[in-house]
Amino acid sequence: MKEIRPEVEQQIEQDYAEMMDRRKFFKRTLVTGGALAAGATSALAEAQTANLPPNIPRWSRYLGPGVTSRGYGQPSEFEAHVKRGNVSWLTASPNSSISFTPLQHLHGIITPNGLHFERHHGGMPSISPEEHRLVIHGGQDENGKDLLSRPLMFTMDDLQRFPSESRIHFIECPANSGMEWKGVQMSSVQFTHGMISCCEWTGVKVSTLLQEAGIDPEFVKQALYAKDKTHQELADEGKDAANGAWCLAEGADAGAMDRSIPLWKLLDDAMIVYAQNGEALRPEQGYPIRLLVPGFEGNMNIKWIRRLKLGIHPWRTREETSKYTDLLEDGQAREFTWMQDTNSVITSPSVGQKLEKPGRYELRGLAWTGRGTIRRVDVSLDGGRNWTTAELQSPVLSKCLTRFRMPFDWSPGQTMMLQSRAMDETGFVQPTLAQLRDARGVNSIYHKNAIYTWKLDEKGDLHNVQMG
Amino acid sequence: MFRWVELLKKTLLVGALMGLSGVASAGDGLVFGYGTAISPGELAGWDISINQVGEELPEGVTTPEEGENLYLMRCAQCHGEFGEAVGRWPVLASPGAEETLATLEPIKTVGSYWPYATTLFSYIRRAMPFYEPQSLSAEETYAITAYVLHLNDLLEYDEELNREKLISMEMPNQGNFIPDNRPDTQNAACMSGCPEMKALPVIR
Repeated sequence: MKEIRPEVEQQIEQDYAEMMDRRKFFKRTLVTGGALAAGATSALAEAQTANLPPNIPRWSRYLGPGVTSRGYGQPSEFEAHVKRGNVSWLTASPNSSISFTPLQHLHGIITPNGLHFERHHGGMPSISPEEHRLVIHGGQDENGKDLLSRPLMFTMDDLQRFPSESRIHFIECPANSGMEWKGVQMSSVQFTHGMISCCEWTGVKVSTLLQEAGIDPEFVKQALYAKDKTHQELADEGKDAANGAWCLAEGADAGAMDRSIPLWKLLDDAMIVYAQNGEALRPEQGYPIRLLVPGFEGNMNIKWIRRLKLGIHPWRTREETSKYTDLLEDGQAREFTWMQDTNSVITSPSVGQKLEKPGRYELRGLAWTGRGTIRRVDVSLDGGRNWTTAELQSPVLSKCLTRFRMPFDWSPGQTMMLQSRAMDETGFVQPTLAQLRDARGVNSIYHKNAIYTWKLDEKGDLHNVQMG
Repeated sequence: MFRWVELLKKTLLVGALMGLSGVASAGDGLVFGYGTAISPGELAGWDISINQVGEELPEGVTTPEEGENLYLMRCAQCHGEFGEAVGRWPVLASPGAEETLATLEPIKTVGSYWPYATTLFSYIRRAMPFYEPQSLSAEETYAITAYVLHLNDLLEYDEELNREKLISMEMPNQGNFIPDNRPDTQNAACMSGCPEMKALPVIR
């Protein structure tokens, strides 16, 4: 192979520096806007046309960097604006806080690993897999019988030896959209709905691990009784929300984040995962291992998990009593509200964006439900008077983001009220905010799955408005 | 050594109950034999969650008086001298907070909202102080727990708090938690000529 001559290399670097300068200039002029000096206008024009036909683009004339110039690939530098963001006034400290996925910039159903939303309760630990363990143990039933016969401790290698499974699921914080119960606060879909992400997760089924630890078959039976019952039905029978078959999941972070999980869910479809989108979990998502409870509240998917403990009572942890309980209008509060409800949002066009030209557009969005699959998504352009069923993009998977899309036409001077409304496989239909306020008041914080309205004004600007 | 026959029976039964046909037919039917046994001694340091009947709660005897200085040194910088909170840090106590839960500005304090007193011990031990978690001894945790209960008028300044008392303490708001009764909305999914939606008022 011919080596790159030093002068060519130098030229590449110089061109690159110039390009970046032009880019900065270009951005600056866009930001400052207003009157541009004549010279600046021509420089901008040159920057925009120098690499367009009939000119030969700069990048066609020199060799680019070779393979492994970046050992771990990164997005193009022109995509630097696509990143997680947080809302500084939301929490007292970034260590116990949340960041949002930029949904308006994403395509398809998979969230890139670096853009998965984050929720830490005690910051993000850096854990050596050699020094991390998962412990599975259990208490006793009312008669003093052990709920499992072999308390075990697993290394990360142990866990990867078990039969593996990969599944695509969303994880959503129950506080998603929770800042807008009382009114509009956010000006991009990243901040109205970005507490959700969706990845392919790989790991071992929790049921496999519980079996390894010798879980009592009677306890399994007791747990599964609760699977198809509502919490109210169980309460009417004098039973708690898990029929007395619980499992504590606890993290190794500085919050030692813990939640009581109904055992039936762990037996049903939960996993201990060590990989996301084909690579090891990111530290932000729980490296080296996290719990995955598909369709349940994000914080129950305990990150940096170190322990599972079976028990006949819930642990009433701070994050299932003081937090993550849903305060209703009358002062009562719902507890153990695990399920992430059926929801959808239009991501393009969405609040903060602008349509520049008249003509045909493709409306795109995301729908999801913790109850299983999305059956249908309807779209309205006139604020809910008339609805059209949108096309669902395959694959449509259970407890997974589902893409929908619908073509529409817009011209300057036209005003539209864009809405999407999801229906899940059970036939449940996403509610309006008015319906949610009627049912719960405005203090619930969590589980707000209301239909959103983007007002597309006559100039093509999109606004977040509340209708219902 | 495992008692293989009994184990096989158990494994198959569990597999059947779970509907895990894959496991039973994987050929290895039995457990995989991965992982190592963990002893009670090893578990002791990690078994720190306390269930609602207080099973895992250690013994202890203290009073709010004993916790006052600890609270002021380790907690007050964020939670305030009287639990009123500094900035956006969580409020621990606020006079009259129990009257606010059904208003537009609910104040969720330990006394007005938390359903179990044992949660306080468990949370302080695992996650507090925020900048130095798991640095408090069980005695210190008890003392601070007692002081926070005192700030909420749930314990006299010189009243004794012990394991039994913490477990049996009935928190004022405990009866106000109800089962998840969703779905609580019904949207008819009207397709055409639907009732007009109105702009919703901002609630202040």
